[in-house]
Parts: sequence; structure tokens; C-alpha cells
Amino acid sequence: MKARVHVMLKNGVLDPQGEAVRHALGSLGFDGVEGVRQGKVIELDLADGTPEATINDMCEKLLANTVIESYRVEVL
Amino acid sequence: MRAAVIVFPGSNCDRDMAVALKAAGADVTMVWHKDAALPDGIDLVAVPGGFSFGDYLRCGAIAAQSPICKALVAHVERGGYALGVCNGFQVLTETGLLPGALMRNAGLKFVCKTVDLKVETSASAFTEGYNAGDTIGYPVAHHDGNYTVAPDVLDRLNGEDRVAFRYTANPNGSVSDIAGVLSENRRVLGLMPHPERAVDPAHGGTDGQALFRGLIGQFAEA
Repeated sequence: MKARVHVMLKNGVLDPQGEAVRHALGSLGFDGVEGVRQGKVIELDLADGTPEATINDMCEKLLANTVIESYRVEVL
Repeated sequence: MRAAVIVFPGSNCDRDMAVALKAAGADVTMVWHKDAALPDGIDLVAVPGGFSFGDYLRCGAIAAQSPICKALVAHVERGGYALGVCNGFQVLTETGLLPGALMRNAGLKFVCKTVDLKVETSASAFTEGYNAGDTIGYPVAHHDGNYTVAPDVLDRLNGEDRVAFRYTANPNGSVSDIAGVLSENRRVLGLMPHPERAVDPAHGGTDGQALFRGLIGQFAEA
């Protein structure tokens, strides 16, 4: 089985990289880009039947830093 | 005083840290990240700067899961001292031994220069060699030094006098200009600037000497 983990900075945490991307889009002439948030996608190749709780545990312990990041698990 | 300096793949300030500790009188042992235990009788564990594990995933995240860091956590839980500089500070936040997190610098640039710091408290083994309010210069060299912490935790840090150093001119966007913080028992210090790079006149400054001398002096008195 495969799972995809989306890690994003929490709402309210300033994302300087997203902000730089937003500026760059503006200077390319793309108007109306009001915000950009940059995160990560981590794809996991897992033994079949791995419980979602285990994947959440992986996120809590390593894949995300929950002080600043939130995560979402998508089982594929 | 017996100190251990952890070496991760990608550490690059480990030997500077050892030199600074030895110059102040410590007996220093280097320990490898795969070691599951610290040598007996270690008083201080120093987590040096560098780019452990290539900063993969997040700065310090992989290092924080290494066998030696389990021993480090146990050492701190026993009341042992720990000092994390730069990448070492990032490792200490990733292990949960210090609150908060270090994010990408607000200006997105790697910052490499000597900065002025205000000593906020002399009430710790690390800062007792200074007076609160002193302005000192330590070099910084980091891309991810933007200290972030939840507002309620920030209030606690301020209320408990746990901010050790603040930047006088914030180089990285850190909340409240914070450059270094102490643990609740004041025996763990993490800071982005490098005291070990300011201990010899040839470094261009010696303001870091008081940190190492003060720390090691405490053990000499004990």
C-alpha cells in the first residue's frame, strides 16, 4: 500500500518561502495571486494493512514538527 | 568537569566546540551519533553546529532520532547539562528538550556575520559569567535560525526569565529577537550564535570565553 503525507506550515505561521514565490509570480505578470503556502509531500511505500494510526505516529514523531507544521495523511 | 561533544555526519563545529571547552578547562570526549550511551560521569553534553544529515527533512530532525540523542535526553532527565549551538539548538528543539522551532530565516538568506547580543539573564550556569544587560558579540552562520514558539510558551519563557540572549538587530526574523533559550531547570541552553567561535583573539573576539569559563567554573566550585 502507499500513503501520501502532506506537511504544511500551520495557519498563522509566516511562510517566507511561500511569500517569495508569491512575489516571483507577481513579477512574472500573474496578477491576483493573493497568497502562496509551500509545503512538502512525502510518499510512503508501506506493508499492506499498515494502520492509519501508525502513519499518524510517524508524522507525530518525525515527518512533521507539530510545533510549526500540520499534516494530512492520504492512503492511496 | 567532563564534557561530551556529539559528532553527527555533517557536524562541522564539533572540533571548535571541543577546543573551546578544553581551553576553559573541561575534559572533552567526542561521541559518535551511533553510540547508544554516553561515557560514564559526563556533566555536559555539547551538541555542535553544522548540517547534520544534510539538513534532510528539517534541520536537526534526523539527528534528534539518533541513538546518542536518546542518551542525551536521558542525561538531561537526570539533571545533566546540555549546550546546543546553531544546528545543535535545532537538534535540541527537535528532541523536545527545548521549546519552539527554528524556521527558515525571514529574509531567506544565509546569514554569516558577527552580531551583537544582549545578555538577558545571568541566572544560569551558561550566563553567570556575564551581567544581565551586557552587549556581547558572537558570530552567526545559519539559514534556519528564525526562532518560532507558540504565544503562550513565549509568555512562559519571558515570565520564567528563560530567554538567555536577544539580538540587538534581528538577523533572521526570530520572535521577540530571541537568540537563545534555557530549559525549565536552566541546565539546557540552545542558541543560534556561536560562542565557540569567539574564544581566541585570532577569532576576532573573545566574548564567548565567559560562557565556557562560567559553565566550567561552576563545576570547579562544586
